[in-house]
Amino acid sequence: METKNLDADLERIVKKWKDKKGSLIMILHGMQNLYGYVPRETALKLSQTLDVPLARIYEVITFYNYFKLEPPGKHNISVCLGTACYLKGAADLIDEVKKLLEINEGETTKDGLFHLDVVRCLGCCGLAPVMMIDEKVYGKVQRKQIAEILQNYH
Amino acid sequence: MYKMIEAVINGIKVEVKEGTTILEAAKKVQIKIPTLCKHQDLPPSAACGLCIVKIKGSNKMFRACCTPLEEKMEIVTNDPDIVAVRRTVLELILSNHPNDCLTCARNNNCELQKLAADFGISEEHFKKFLRQIPKDSSTGVIELQPEKCILCGRCIYVCQQDQDVWALSFLERGMGTRISPAGDINMGESPCVKCGQCSAHCPTGAIVEKDDTERVWAALRDSEKHCVVQIAPAVRVAIGEAFGVTGANFTNKLYALFRRMGFKAVFDTNFAADVCIMEEASEFVERFAHKKGPLPLITSCCPAWVDFMEKFHPDMIEHFSSTKSPHEILGTLTKTYYTEKHNIDPKKIFGVSIMPCTAKKYEITRSGEMFASGLQDIDVVITTRELARMIKQSGIDFLNLPDEECDHMLGDYTGAGVIFGATGGVMEAALRTAYHFVTGKEAEKVEFKTTRGLKGVKESEINIAGTKVRIAVAHGLSHVEEVINKIREAKKKGEELPYHFVEVMACPGGCVGGGGQPYMVCDELRKERTAAIYQDDDDRVLRVSHKNPYVKRLYADYIGNPLGDKAHKLFHTEYKSRPQYTR
Repeated sequence: METKNLDADLERIVKKWKDKKGSLIMILHGMQNLYGYVPRETALKLSQTLDVPLARIYEVITFYNYFKLEPPGKHNISVCLGTACYLKGAADLIDEVKKLLEINEGETTKDGLFHLDVVRCLGCCGLAPVMMIDEKVYGKVQRKQIAEILQNYH
Repeated sequence: MYKMIEAVINGIKVEVKEGTTILEAAKKVQIKIPTLCKHQDLPPSAACGLCIVKIKGSNKMFRACCTPLEEKMEIVTNDPDIVAVRRTVLELILSNHPNDCLTCARNNNCELQKLAADFGISEEHFKKFLRQIPKDSSTGVIELQPEKCILCGRCIYVCQQDQDVWALSFLERGMGTRISPAGDINMGESPCVKCGQCSAHCPTGAIVEKDDTERVWAALRDSEKHCVVQIAPAVRVAIGEAFGVTGANFTNKLYALFRRMGFKAVFDTNFAADVCIMEEASEFVERFAHKKGPLPLITSCCPAWVDFMEKFHPDMIEHFSSTKSPHEILGTLTKTYYTEKHNIDPKKIFGVSIMPCTAKKYEITRSGEMFASGLQDIDVVITTRELARMIKQSGIDFLNLPDEECDHMLGDYTGAGVIFGATGGVMEAALRTAYHFVTGKEAEKVEFKTTRGLKGVKESEINIAGTKVRIAVAHGLSHVEEVINKIREAKKKGEELPYHFVEVMACPGGCVGGGGQPYMVCDELRKERTAAIYQDDDDRVLRVSHKNPYVKRLYADYIGNPLGDKAHKLFHTEYKSRPQYTR
């Protein structure tokens, strides 16, 4: 993929942070913001540039939910599993999405169209159970509606 | 000067140095506090929560492993509340751990199993939650079973801090936490150097050596096979621990054991260590006295160190001694010299090396030179721990065996051969013979004691016939960088080299502290094992490799000169740069 840009972008971000305290996490943030994930090539390169073991870098990027290891999907599905949604059967929704798209939480479909995240509160508990696709919120979702909703995204 | 403090534990007065933990202080007054994550060889990680105690005046419970005792503290280590909490903690850990003890490699030798027994756990109150993470056998040496991991962090500490390899790490957090190389690749694709320190420190069956004992039994049962065996120096002083005896040397009982197990010839790696010194001391003299080849010369008989160097410091390749490790030399000789002298078909030989080391399992196929006899020179390597299991399976009363001798032609050894098992030993053995090669005389005192001891890097200057030889001995891979950087720096600046000769052993303490040795290693045990090795050296009439009569005969009858054509073909190897990550 866009390896050339990866290197140049990384170099630019590294330059900004290299000699500052906490540089590793700030550089990782920079790459995450730019690409929506931290590519393995980036992690390997960063390990050499900063002389930080690759294992340490992966400890950091797997510890914080903010960092992703896979490229994001074209459309991001977030299903809420906060208390209200949980009680209203959000687990069923997650189940259905997983089944229909054949992916697990945190994964992207093979065709790159959808990415599934399970999140805590989306801030509209009155509509529980809630799911969001990109910026659009779907409230009081029933399991049987999911296939239809997904069909709107290409 | 340190300050002493006084406190009371379970009503017993205790006086300790300031900074001593409650756990250590309790030991001094015969009080045992149960621990699971804490290993006596490692700093506390406060991961498991089993060692909790009460401190008067506080309504919290504290972890004894990481809480320093303070002046006038009053500690209770055992009351019904504490026991109840410990039981719950243990049950929670067990709810996360498979119940396959009977078929686990650590059965009867597992710290978690022992605690479950001590606490009399007879029921499971919590719902079982097992992580389904596949087993990783990709190194062919170390097997990872993360589902048995209790997340104590010992393996991570030894891999990252003691060994500076960083193959293992914790990924994710909370319920998802697991041990893994960076980004869920497998161990074979990681920088793992197979030193096995992770497996030697793991409290459960989550990391174990690959078990090759069945291959040895199968060969012993096969009447077509001519099985030969060798033992490394460090095995003989540690095997007793599996039978409750520390610090004793079991060389002659092991020889007897092997004959009873059915080996046709019983050799000793120490003999080949003497051969190794003939070659390595010659290499040193070539480079040092005759200026042929770059200095410093760096020892290479530790396969985990070789793998580490090839992955992390390939610019040092030209400094590496090309001499193979002793057990490989012996393997080659078994399938050439021995078979020729005894008229045996080398294809029938099944060579077993018993080693304190897991990396030796990797070494036997690491490069083409490990097939110098035309066959794989060593067929299988088993560790001290595997040998202990085989003894238990054999029905032989090991401790009460009579003493026997080895087969001399590839077995008799000098004091220089046996000290290979301790940090500094290879250096000392090489200096004893190098002294002779340079001066034509024997050193008045064969001991070079500045090479000994458990200090991470031991630097000194040795006087050989008026010439100063600067040496460094490092053990535990985290101590290597310091030495290598000094060499690199001097080379870069074109300055005089800091050393002429460097010994490195991957494991702390050298092979006595090897990754395949019995569990619960700590510096006290390393010292006991080491003392038994130097005692063996001290007790020998011959203490320099070049005086070994069987080594002399080998060179006179078969090899010719050290570093000669035949020696080169059979005893030497090459190195290449290898990637740290293949994915």
